[in-house]
Amino acid sequence: MRILLSLLVGVFALHNPVLAADEPTASLVVDHQKFVPAQLSIPAASKTKVVIRNQDAMPIEFESYDLSREIVVPGHGEVTIYVGPLDAGSYRFFNDFDHDMQGAIIVKPAAGKGN
Amino acid sequence: MLATAVIMFREVLEASLIIAIVLGASRGIVNRGRWVAAGITLGLLGASIVAILANVASSEFSGNGQALLNAVILLSAVAMLTWHNVWMSAHGKQLSSEVKAVGTGVQSGQRPMTALLIITLVAVMREGSEAVLFLWAIATGGEQSINMLMGGLGGVVVGILVGLLLYIGLLRIPTRHFFSVTSWLILLLAAGLAAQAAGFLNQLGLLPALGNGLWNTSGILSQNSLIGQFLHILIGYIARPSGIQVVFYVGTLLSIFLLMRVYGGNRKAQVKPIENRC
Repeated sequence: MRILLSLLVGVFALHNPVLAADEPTASLVVDHQKFVPAQLSIPAASKTKVVIRNQDAMPIEFESYDLSREIVVPGHGEVTIYVGPLDAGSYRFFNDFDHDMQGAIIVKPAAGKGN
Repeated sequence: MLATAVIMFREVLEASLIIAIVLGASRGIVNRGRWVAAGITLGLLGASIVAILANVASSEFSGNGQALLNAVILLSAVAMLTWHNVWMSAHGKQLSSEVKAVGTGVQSGQRPMTALLIITLVAVMREGSEAVLFLWAIATGGEQSINMLMGGLGGVVVGILVGLLLYIGLLRIPTRHFFSVTSWLILLLAAGLAAQAAGFLNQLGLLPALGNGLWNTSGILSQNSLIGQFLHILIGYIARPSGIQVVFYVGTLLSIFLLMRVYGGNRKAQVKPIENRC
């Protein structure tokens, strides 16, 4: 099942030149004072576009010391930032307006097989 | 309430420390207070405008405009700090003797008044816009808001007090060493701001990262800690810097240092490199 799924994703990527040519995109949502997903996976060794969408009414300030990133996302707003290329590892981020809201960008080592 | 106080404290701290250093460094220059006050006022005005723009979800500004503005603001602060330091290295000796005498101002040379104004303006504007956004958000946030606003206000007051303490501390430095200490402080401050600007330009995708996390010292000194944050503001400490940030840091440090050497030939004896850190 898993193999089938990754095969499908691979085929999709091959057949979508726009997506393949562009940098990978990850999306992060702020929903009810939580980052979703709290652990955002992005590929290693590739500059990645991260789209942050705030579904709450309160503005947030996405901030990460690990990544030197800092940007205000207005209520019901959306911003795009770039991260990487990053080495494998975990890079924490938080909402500077509410430090209980935390998450991390997880960079997996470049997978050799099964993909 | 305490959480709000802490957040506001952190937002105010950077501006507060920068103004303290600049006020210290411009000691003896006539009318500097007026220029700094004007800078703070204009900065607050600018911060409110930025906050309003940033909060309009549909505007282009809420995305990349914000980061671009931050980068521009930081780089102009670096330029102004450079100007200030170069000017001081040419006139510092004179200032030093006059401060010793009565505290009257220098009459010769073009005084870096505009620099003072712009540095304070951008320092206040940068973190100020975030502070305004945050306060606005909690003010419209319902029942708890009065309590939280009070907390926020407390945070602002404590942030300003810390700046005041730094200023008083600076004034206690013997006049002989005073201006070399403040020019070193400004040198490191400017380098740190340049590194922050590099971070924003990289976030926008305008500059390559040149390697992320050249080193990682967050285990030893987290940027989240109070000391880590102080050092981040004062000397540009970054626990996990990217290559481009280190390049900007070192580049700025060396450029200002060289400019000071070139234009301030008469006080080589006072400015001796302490140590080249990065």
